[in-house]
Amino acid sequence: MYTYSDFDAAFVAERNKQFRAQVERRVDGSLTEDEFKPLRLMNGLYLQLHAYMLRVAIPYGTLNSGQMRQLAYLAERWDKGYGHFTTRQNIQYNWPKLNDVPDMLDALAEVQMHAIQTSGNTIRNVTADHFAGAAADEIADPRPVAELIRQWSTDHPEFQFLPRKFKIAVTGSPNDRAVTKAHDIGIRMIERNGEAGYEIIVGGGLGRTPMIGKVVRDFLPQADLLPYLEAVVSVWNILGRRDNKYKSRIKITVHENGLEKIQELVEARFAELRPEFSGVDQEMLKGIQAQFAAPAFRNAPVDAYLAARDADPIFRSWADTNLREHRAEGYAIVQISLKAHGETPGDATAEQMRVMADLAEQYGHNELRISHEQNVVLPHVHKSDLPAIHAQLREHGLATSNIGLISDIIACPGMDYCALATARSIPIAQEIATRFDALKLEHDIGHLQIKISGCINACGHHHVGHIGILGLDRAGVENYQVTLGGDATETAAVGERAGPGFSAEEIVPAIERIVEAYLEQREGPEETFLQTYRRVGLPPFKAALYPEKVERAHAA
Amino acid sequence: MPKAFTPKVITANALQEGDVIYLTRDGAWTRNLSEAEVLTDEADAQIQLLNAEARSSEAVGVYLADVAEGLHGPEPTHFRETFRRTGPSNYFHGKQADL
Repeated sequence: MYTYSDFDAAFVAERNKQFRAQVERRVDGSLTEDEFKPLRLMNGLYLQLHAYMLRVAIPYGTLNSGQMRQLAYLAERWDKGYGHFTTRQNIQYNWPKLNDVPDMLDALAEVQMHAIQTSGNTIRNVTADHFAGAAADEIADPRPVAELIRQWSTDHPEFQFLPRKFKIAVTGSPNDRAVTKAHDIGIRMIERNGEAGYEIIVGGGLGRTPMIGKVVRDFLPQADLLPYLEAVVSVWNILGRRDNKYKSRIKITVHENGLEKIQELVEARFAELRPEFSGVDQEMLKGIQAQFAAPAFRNAPVDAYLAARDADPIFRSWADTNLREHRAEGYAIVQISLKAHGETPGDATAEQMRVMADLAEQYGHNELRISHEQNVVLPHVHKSDLPAIHAQLREHGLATSNIGLISDIIACPGMDYCALATARSIPIAQEIATRFDALKLEHDIGHLQIKISGCINACGHHHVGHIGILGLDRAGVENYQVTLGGDATETAAVGERAGPGFSAEEIVPAIERIVEAYLEQREGPEETFLQTYRRVGLPPFKAALYPEKVERAHAA
Repeated sequence: MPKAFTPKVITANALQEGDVIYLTRDGAWTRNLSEAEVLTDEADAQIQLLNAEARSSEAVGVYLADVAEGLHGPEPTHFRETFRRTGPSNYFHGKQADL
């Protein structure tokens, strides 16, 4: 894992010192809120419905046990004993007091973490595949590239007042687990004729105008990455609309100007910028890569694992559902569900954070990951240790076997916390999970992703959910719109709106009807919801969602 | 014709704690909606709003929120204000626990 250089540590310390003074000046009245707001946002501090909210970056979703323990400490010392992991691999604290935030930032700096550029019109926390360095299908570890981009983008003088926020995601696997096609820039590490390089995708995004990203360069040589990214952001910085914040993201710039025009401008700017990159960036990348060397995997028998599978059906169900294939023999990737039925998606108590930190230290080479799906990952676990890990997780409410299933729901904080929200998300997620747990159907249903957003900004990724739910305010009442057929992977697609929305009371039964329709329509248990949807299309689901309309049509 | 003015309270978040506050008749901030002053005259409401906005070392994001007058003082008319007055629905945190 990356360790701060002296420069990094001094930079973060200096920024924290500045922010401490800014808070003091805000409290003593020397700064107005209008003056202070951009400063606090640059340091990840929002004001929400009930309190301030501090958003802390977990760069490319990677952290070590010490860092996880410090996150637990912050939760207990300055918050209400828990934290909320987000769809952009950040953690949010919902209850800090303004005067405490400088101390929280200093505590984060002690473990080489920060909240810089987790908000504001800057390049945000760079996200990556949460299985980076571990996945069996991986071509290259995306984290060194993500770290390089973090260093390049942090406090980049040209990019501190962008037209709007800017999000970058990197994957090193052909199976995209980083939602690269729904980012302002998505980077896919690829190989061509034995040469490593990148496919650059631009102009993806969700929100009010969802767009799937377009390939702007199909093969970018490794050494060209930073000047090329700089060219893209630079072109958008000039062209991007500042007159209307709903039209300011790069997806709109690409849409309005056309991909060819953007390519032309980017290539011209790239030609200017390329000579300025002397190769220092590549030297730095090499240094970073060395810090991400794989741990020393051990060669040991997996008999204990196989015996536990045979002996304990609960363990077997957990292993079958929550483990993923590791690139090293005898190892597994462990996904820890933060979606216990009826709990808040993505929340972990301080105690749970410590348990996960301890498990990572004892069994997982000290590494943890946060997924954009709001779960925690132990990327490197030897299979013989799985029974012990599972037993520990069970004791702390962390052994729910539901990764990728209907109750593994992404949900934004919604109107329970967020000042922008138009409806609640969390209670809907809780009710769906509880309902399908009671039905004991979710393993039979199989892979099905529900994603819920509490407003059009789509932090809950509803557009790319197999079933997407969007909470709106319709004449002063919460109302939930359903989209179907979205896909967050390499075959990314925006879901189709099914029809009129449902009230908070109607939405769970509506989801149940969709699932019943799927179970009726599917050709067999091996055909997933998305495959069925792609085969049969919207009509049977629409009929299930709006039975009264079908009856009326027949009557007429 | 312009819409008739509906009853309002002045609300904001406290600068230091961040929690939801309302303005009372005597010009103090309260955490309790039932203690807030209900403004029924539009011109008066606008002046009170300007005055409250000027108190920027105490309050952030001052605005007028719609209310209905109930038996125990003002009541929210929109669910957003109901959550602000109560706290989140997933945990017993915020005003529902503190007040």
